Amino acid sequence: MNLLLFLTLLSFPFSIMASDLNSKNFAAVVFGIFVFITLLITYFASKKNFNKSNYYAAGGKISGLQNGLAIAGDYMSAASFLGISGLVFFSGFDGLIYSIGFLVGWPIILFLIAEKLKNLGKYTFADVTSTRLTQSRIRILSASGTLVTVIFYLIAQMVGAGSLIQILFGLPYYYAIWIVGLLMIIYVSFGGMIATTWVQIIKAILLILGATALAIMVLSDYSFSIGKLLEEASNVHPEKESILFPGKLISDPISAISLGVALIFGTAGLPHILMRFFTVPDAKSSRISAFYATTFIGYFYILTFVIGFGAIIFLTNNLNYTDFENNLIGSNNMAAIHLSHALGGDIFLGFISAVAFATILAVVSGLTLAGASAIGRDLYVFVIKKGRSNEKKEILVSKISSVFLGIIAIILGIIFQGQNVAFMVGLAFAVAASTNFPILFLTISWKKLTTNGAMYGGFIGLFSALLFVFLGPTVWVETLGFENAIFPYKYPGIFSMSISFFSIITISLIDKKNRDENKFKELTKKSYLESK
Amino acid sequence: MNKNINDNNLKKLIFYSNLISYSLSFIVLILYFSFILILGFKPEFFHKTLPDSSVTYGIFSGLFIIIISVFLTFIYVVLSNLFLDKLKK
Repeated sequence: MNLLLFLTLLSFPFSIMASDLNSKNFAAVVFGIFVFITLLITYFASKKNFNKSNYYAAGGKISGLQNGLAIAGDYMSAASFLGISGLVFFSGFDGLIYSIGFLVGWPIILFLIAEKLKNLGKYTFADVTSTRLTQSRIRILSASGTLVTVIFYLIAQMVGAGSLIQILFGLPYYYAIWIVGLLMIIYVSFGGMIATTWVQIIKAILLILGATALAIMVLSDYSFSIGKLLEEASNVHPEKESILFPGKLISDPISAISLGVALIFGTAGLPHILMRFFTVPDAKSSRISAFYATTFIGYFYILTFVIGFGAIIFLTNNLNYTDFENNLIGSNNMAAIHLSHALGGDIFLGFISAVAFATILAVVSGLTLAGASAIGRDLYVFVIKKGRSNEKKEILVSKISSVFLGIIAIILGIIFQGQNVAFMVGLAFAVAASTNFPILFLTISWKKLTTNGAMYGGFIGLFSALLFVFLGPTVWVETLGFENAIFPYKYPGIFSMSISFFSIITISLIDKKNRDENKFKELTKKSYLESK
Repeated sequence: MNKNINDNNLKKLIFYSNLISYSLSFIVLILYFSFILILGFKPEFFHKTLPDSSVTYGIFSGLFIIIISVFLTFIYVVLSNLFLDKLKK
């Protein structure tokens, strides 16, 4: 615990720098306060009795509204805030395509899985699949699906974090990676789900407030009319009206559908999101939290849309923020950041920068906790120890795994510096849609599913998602430098997910002798009724 | 809530909750994939604008899908709270 206090003290020099109040120092102060408060929460969380329920699921004591905020926090990453507003700045309408895809997964999660997940599982989504399938084997698959998703998502976040913080705070890339990495290890290993949830809630509130303020500043100049905002934006933008309809993002129907499938079903298979449904007391709160999450996320995407169009109006050909070719200074992701300076001055820029930093930190913490639970619970307890382990050891292994994952994230963040890692988020979604989602969905809804079907089919889905991305245009051509892609599409979602469903179903049907319909009946009953 | 719910009520609960879940999911998926299919096959449709406005069909339908998704989750919560939860008793 001394380490915690030491780090709390470390955040003070940030505040002292504030004597000269420019945006960077102000950002450091706001971020310093955020770190101070979250470390304090971590400290109190760590003093609680550390049983499994507290570590993985915050004791099941998070309310529906709080969990809704935390889920929204997990989902509203810096990539979606800065990435989508940046995309809108450059190409207008195309940014909206991503927003919609990211959002529509949410109603589906609420309608089909949120409540059943809570009724059937305890701490990880593998708890749900193993209620009717053979524990040790199905958990290998669930843990692999979780770890692959988490690691690719982590790399993308870490590399984004490093370069963003470099620009925002003027810190060297390595420092940024280390700060993010160490803080997330502390939150997750000392504070478990309680600390991770509160970090997420505080950050979600800050982000929603910041984005709301920014959108209001933009709209107040156009008497709060979207029509007037769009009209002005299309007058100013070099591509004129074409920013108001589909542009280059989607070049063919197959890509459009495939991207849509990966976004919508991938969301329903993200392990760090699924895990949050276990932190509430009952299925009703789980339902309410998915509703709040959808509302916050929908509202947030409308804000990023307004912010992106605002950036077109206020930043285009403004040499304080762009170069002579109308590229944003710093990077393509800087639209929202520059806009906050153009409209709110140094102080507001500082605030938004600090919020962006806090966002990255909160998202990587959630990911690390999901990964650590997969190692500690699914792999260690149920695969290696065959279910014979005590609570203390399980938590210890999970904590060590979180430190281990944190160190891996730092190392990978450094290795991938300067590389284009945007495809890794797409890959994480493709794997989630092709492994985690199919087995989860079929577990709760198809009576003929067998362990063999789920396991072999799930692995086939996992490998086909990886293989298609590897042989596709982003890795094979852009990264490895080959001339033609072996797999022609950028987004493999529809192919890998279909292969996964097809293999799981076919193998399960062949494997008829292992079918257990009674277990499915039990599961169905349990999934609709509270387990108390 | 208790586990001794009789089979008849359980059947009713499963029927109605599936009906609600699947029809709402269906509406969302239809809306979303129509949007995606227009995007893929007939993007020109999204170029038209609403009368007396610079809001294009594309932007209107995009924002509409976001708002309707949130609204449908609200409907689901209301139906579950007022109707389905009673069947569990």
